[in-house]
Amino acid sequence: MSTLEVRHVTKIYNVRGAGQLTALDDVNFTLHSGQTIGLVGQSGSGKSTIAKILTQLETPTSGEVLLDDKPIPRRGRGLRSYRQQLRMVFQDPFASLNPYHSIRYHLERPLRLDDVVPKAETETEVRRLLERVRLDPDTVIDRRPHELSGGQRQRVAIARALASRPMILVADEPVSMLDVSIRLGVLNLLADLQREEGLGVLYITHDLATARHFSDEIIVLNQGRIVEHGTADDVILRPSDPYTQELRAASPDPERFFATTTGGAS
Amino acid sequence: MTDTLLSVRDFSVVYDVDPPVEAVKHVSLELQRGEILGLAGESGCGKTTLAYGVQRLLKAPAVITSGSVVFHDADGDDVNVGELGAEQMRRFRWDKISMVFQGAMNALNPVATIGSQLEDVFEVHRPDMNRRERRAAAVELLEIVKVGGQRIRSFPHELSGGMRQRVMIAMALALRPQLMVMDEPTTALDVLVQREILRQISQLREEFGFSVIFITHDLPLLLEISDRIAIMREGEIVELDTAERIWRSPQDEYTKTLLSSFPRLTGEKGMVVR
Repeated sequence: MSTLEVRHVTKIYNVRGAGQLTALDDVNFTLHSGQTIGLVGQSGSGKSTIAKILTQLETPTSGEVLLDDKPIPRRGRGLRSYRQQLRMVFQDPFASLNPYHSIRYHLERPLRLDDVVPKAETETEVRRLLERVRLDPDTVIDRRPHELSGGQRQRVAIARALASRPMILVADEPVSMLDVSIRLGVLNLLADLQREEGLGVLYITHDLATARHFSDEIIVLNQGRIVEHGTADDVILRPSDPYTQELRAASPDPERFFATTTGGAS
Repeated sequence: MTDTLLSVRDFSVVYDVDPPVEAVKHVSLELQRGEILGLAGESGCGKTTLAYGVQRLLKAPAVITSGSVVFHDADGDDVNVGELGAEQMRRFRWDKISMVFQGAMNALNPVATIGSQLEDVFEVHRPDMNRRERRAAAVELLEIVKVGGQRIRSFPHELSGGMRQRVMIAMALALRPQLMVMDEPTTALDVLVQREILRQISQLREEFGFSVIFITHDLPLLLEISDRIAIMREGEIVELDTAERIWRSPQDEYTKTLLSSFPRLTGEKGMVVR
């Protein structure tokens, strides 16, 4: 059981010629393992800045991030073991895998670097990881990223994130680059893994419908501030903040659309 | 009375590779004047190939193997698109049918101002306009799409994604075409910007009366903005009906599958199931 705690995190960027930009303003939330939190907001609301701070790619201007009550180490072995606990799945599986290397290589690296299993068991572990993400090891293990479909690539990226056996997964728009017909499959996979391995998942997205479906709680971010935080159904069905209401109204919702009109185009 | 703008008959496209791929198979459809027709389906179903094919924008190895496309011009002429010569085709494109491309955010030239890119359209298609008229027309277009005429000297990188998309729509609107083909015009934008753009497309259609072929795989979005929707699968249209009937009583199994791959935003938690 792990707990990730974001406490009073503020991030201010100095923008040349434009003064200061407050990307995050006193952000607080707690993510437990075994829980999925959806983080929603429009472009520029600070979603990805949170992901960067959680992975220590950026340091907060003030405030802190605690994993099991301990602050993120700034460097060295401590930081490495922190990153082993918290892994990231990126938006674009076409960019996050190295076109030069085989799938085997992509999964061996984290296993070796973090000494997850003895060297002799690496191959078995790579195959186990591929099976975890519902890929057939024999067909994909020696392929390179360009030989796989977008959905398969994202599954490899998820397997790579799981290699070091993390407690927390940060998924930044993991399906927005994928075709609709396979999006659901990848999200269901994430949900299954989350249940089976008791992962804590931070699901960053601007798609309210999938956020509602796959999250226990939803956090709505607007211009760096949390404007609403509650259970998924409360936030989506009974939004109290005007910004959340605006987001909801802008999301396509045929159900409501056909309930209020007699059909035809708007 | 029906007023047809475009008649597509038995249209097929094959990618002549080894083995040949039948991307579009014997598609027939009629597009009404002023109508928004949604074209939905997963990647590789042929929706983009169909939309490009009707304007003969495909190049080798794509081969149009059968069918005809007839454009019923507002001035009364029926134009058989397949029989136009190279020069006639050049004039026809953009003047009668224009496009908003997929990934429009990157479709603008990064080293030219948006004003000069808009003026290019007039320079090529309206050679008798002088420089001042071209500039005035470009400013007017930027005003229409609410980017604002003062941005005429801006470079694409100085605009947000939503504004760039509006510039692309302005460019498509430039010659007041009767049909606009929009290929995933809002896919890379966030929901608030997407909603604004969709609203604008609807308004412009009211104002200028053009038809739209709107290609996307985002079915919930399509249901809201389209008059009719064609569901494509493996090069064939498996169902074509009004948006409301596609939503309320889809007939084809594949349409039902497609609908059920979207979680519901409101209502009972779960997938859209029919």
